[in-house]
Amino acid sequence: MSSIKPRVKVPKSASAGEVITIKTLINHQMESGQRKDSSGNVIPRKIINRFACTFNGQEVISVDIDPAVSANPYFEFQAKIPEAGEFVFTWVDDDGTVYEERKEIAIG
Amino acid sequence: MQLTRRDALMMGAGAVAATLIPAGAPRAAPTLDEAIAAFTGGATPGEGGVTITAPEIAENGNTVPIEVDAPGASSIMLLADGNPNPAVCTFHFGPLAGAQMAATRIRLARTQNVLAVARLADGSYGIARREVKVTIGGCGG
Amino acid sequence: MRTLIAACASAALCLGAGTGAAEGQKLVIEGQEMVTRAPAPDWHPLTEVISGWEFRDPATQALQMDDFENPAMIFVDQAREMWSTPDGAAGKSCESCHGAVEDSMKGVRAVMPKFNEEAGTLWSLEDYINNCRTARMQAEPWKWSGSEMTAMTALITLQSRGMPVAVRIDGPYQSWWEKGREIYYTRYGQLELACANCHEDHYGQMIRADRLSQGQINGFPTYRLKNAKLNSIHNRFYGCIRDTRGVPFAEGSDEFKALELYVASRGLGLSIEGPAVRN
Repeated sequence: MSSIKPRVKVPKSASAGEVITIKTLINHQMESGQRKDSSGNVIPRKIINRFACTFNGQEVISVDIDPAVSANPYFEFQAKIPEAGEFVFTWVDDDGTVYEERKEIAIG
Repeated sequence: MQLTRRDALMMGAGAVAATLIPAGAPRAAPTLDEAIAAFTGGATPGEGGVTITAPEIAENGNTVPIEVDAPGASSIMLLADGNPNPAVCTFHFGPLAGAQMAATRIRLARTQNVLAVARLADGSYGIARREVKVTIGGCGG
Repeated sequence: MRTLIAACASAALCLGAGTGAAEGQKLVIEGQEMVTRAPAPDWHPLTEVISGWEFRDPATQALQMDDFENPAMIFVDQAREMWSTPDGAAGKSCESCHGAVEDSMKGVRAVMPKFNEEAGTLWSLEDYINNCRTARMQAEPWKWSGSEMTAMTALITLQSRGMPVAVRIDGPYQSWWEKGREIYYTRYGQLELACANCHEDHYGQMIRADRLSQGQINGFPTYRLKNAKLNSIHNRFYGCIRDTRGVPFAEGSDEFKALELYVASRGLGLSIEGPAVRN
């Protein structure tokens, strides 16, 4: 069950030109590389090292992430909505896995 | 030269610290100044242009809510000067950012300053600092 | 020096009256107001029962006031998937028998732990879940405080959110309740601490830099900032006894089920808030 599953909160609709608040969360240990296991060996770093959000292919925000971001990383930011379209959210894991979530927004 | 007891202790501590750094150890994390210089290309940031919202006292250093805001900025780097590695994260704002602000939750190893350095609209850099006290939990349960 | 200590001690005692939270602040989650302070029942040693939410600082409190900000909801989402995913040799999911979790599990958490007539013993929510898994689904039981179990108890608990704690303490419950009360007042470990020493005698005061709560369990399973995951009731009991430098009872033991019943009853009148957020 340790599946990694992002959560994203985006309003279903907005008026053209409106600025909306977006909240994102993904379950991830964010192993810092600073901790040791019970036998004294350093637990290797494994974090989400990058997050990005685009709308209809244009960048809203991207974040370069270091191990000091808390487990289950949370980001809140604002986006301008010029037209109806689709948000794409991506999280990049140290192991190369990319987690993706998409959300559509209508104008109305 | 007369050594005070404190001097002697400090020197002792320095010697111990020096012996603790093993040869061939992994490259140390950049210092705060190095991290800032890497972000600004060596420019010294001026005060202001960016604000940090953070609790004065964090109930648990593992999850501290932080918000940064720098109107017009293209990016904001967040740092913590008392962590083993001062870098926390860097936000880059694209053309569709509704505001040059972002909020996240960060780890603070102890009471320290959180810093935000912003690359402002005119290409200059602004900096803000805020102390966050991190409390040590109860019985550890 | 002695005067200084005395002054600190009396200041600490003064703090005992408050919870540290902004007084009068209400816990409203998704438009639903929770009862975080209630008059205690007659038999209760305290006059007022207070949710652990009241003892937390505003930043921690805020995390529980919005279901998106509450990190526990990630795990609730995962449990929703598990709810309808068949597992085990019988090829059944939770949904196969119980249908929609919103309907079938409403009110279930509020009466836990619950006496199981058939088994003739007191069961925690985890026992009911594992009984379904082994007897009906022919699947492996989950670990008491494992990530699957805490996610599922969070999903089920959410269906009772806002309902008052409603455990029974009479009839077949009485002997369990008395056993739980005995454990609550027994001093454990090298530090010789009973639950009551912190959570009845000193709630609202500081233990180092942390504010002691009444130790209520109406917010469990709880997402703790400390370990960034869901924590079960029995795991919390385990941690407390371990920190007295004692040997804790096992998760799922009769002792912890009895204690769960007793501690739940100490929160009669509070709302079920789980999955809550604590430090």
